[in-house]
Amino acid sequence: MLTKCFRSLPFDNLSGLRGLSVLGPVFALLIISKAGSLIFHRTFPTSTPGAAAGPPGQTVGTLGLPGTSTLTTNDYLVLAGTFHGVHAITRSLTPKIPVAPSAGSSGRSWTYPDPTVPASGIESMESSFFRLTVFQTLSGTKFLLFTDPSMPNTDVLMKGVYERYADFVCKNPFWQMEMPIRIDAWERSMNQWLTRR
Amino acid sequence: MASGQKAARVGEEVWKTRVEKVNAELVTLTYGTIVAQLCTDYDYDYAQVNQQLDKMGYNIGMRLIEDFLAKSNIGRCGNFRDTAEMISKVGFKIFLNVTPTVTNWTADNKQFSLLFDENPLADFVELPDDGRAQDELWFSNILCGVLRGALEMVQMSIEARFVSDVLRGNDVTEMRVTLLRYIEDEMPPDDD
Repeated sequence: MLTKCFRSLPFDNLSGLRGLSVLGPVFALLIISKAGSLIFHRTFPTSTPGAAAGPPGQTVGTLGLPGTSTLTTNDYLVLAGTFHGVHAITRSLTPKIPVAPSAGSSGRSWTYPDPTVPASGIESMESSFFRLTVFQTLSGTKFLLFTDPSMPNTDVLMKGVYERYADFVCKNPFWQMEMPIRIDAWERSMNQWLTRR
Repeated sequence: MASGQKAARVGEEVWKTRVEKVNAELVTLTYGTIVAQLCTDYDYDYAQVNQQLDKMGYNIGMRLIEDFLAKSNIGRCGNFRDTAEMISKVGFKIFLNVTPTVTNWTADNKQFSLLFDENPLADFVELPDDGRAQDELWFSNILCGVLRGALEMVQMSIEARFVSDVLRGNDVTEMRVTLLRYIEDEMPPDDD
């Protein structure tokens, strides 16, 4: 259900030509609405299913990593809901530094370590197998990108995803806000952006 | 006014490099058609037309804000004055290539006016000569809705309405924007 075979063809050609690793080191993309429900999830094949590219005999799970189990859609929903809560908690964990009451123009008696930046919650999480980059838009939608930990510039990658979301999802008049995203043009554009490297 | 200059720079930059342009007359004619059609649909009940335009704008604004944020790449505004500069010099700039003047602030910094020197939506437009349109129809009312929808998505509840329009024979086109409140979606304050 999650992997689309048509993506694997051009990459086979690429790897044959240039000897690159078969598919991009982006593992998965999740989008959580501001209400905390999962509105989009997509995993990217990290090794060509059934082809000789992957190490033989290894089971490839959700993130394409050995040993991970494949998640059902329901698991993703639970995961997204949990993350939404955890994110809210981490945001309120940001230390608040007391300031003299008169100093703050906003009338608050505390400030964040960097007063110009409000608390953001988890921004990234890293393990030896993956890095999770979290981007929350000012309107509250969260983008979760799972990549290889060695992948550079995930913020640029994320920005591209956001721009495509704004174009292909928000501007689609038949997509209702807060509802699951099932839009082919968005998938094409997003796939191209995340797997071309 | 440092924030104003920064906003102007961002707006100019985004407008020049990141935005796809369409023919302005196409926009004018399309919008004009919508308003004219609403007028016939609502039997020239201009109050209804104003309301529908506002509602359509609201739905546009709620989506357009994402495009605005993605393209402009700006962070949260520190105060409502910054917000006003951003609306004028970035928002209107990148979507309509106009920069309405921000003015007439109230003392509490919660209310300002946008003065439109030019308004691409209203080029070539003359209101119906039925004796009522001049007093009742706000032709560009969709813009009020757009602002309301867009700002609501970034936790600001505002009210926007036109108070004068050159189409009605006024000297200027003026929109009045009022900050009602910041929508706090954060946790309730600590109990301790």
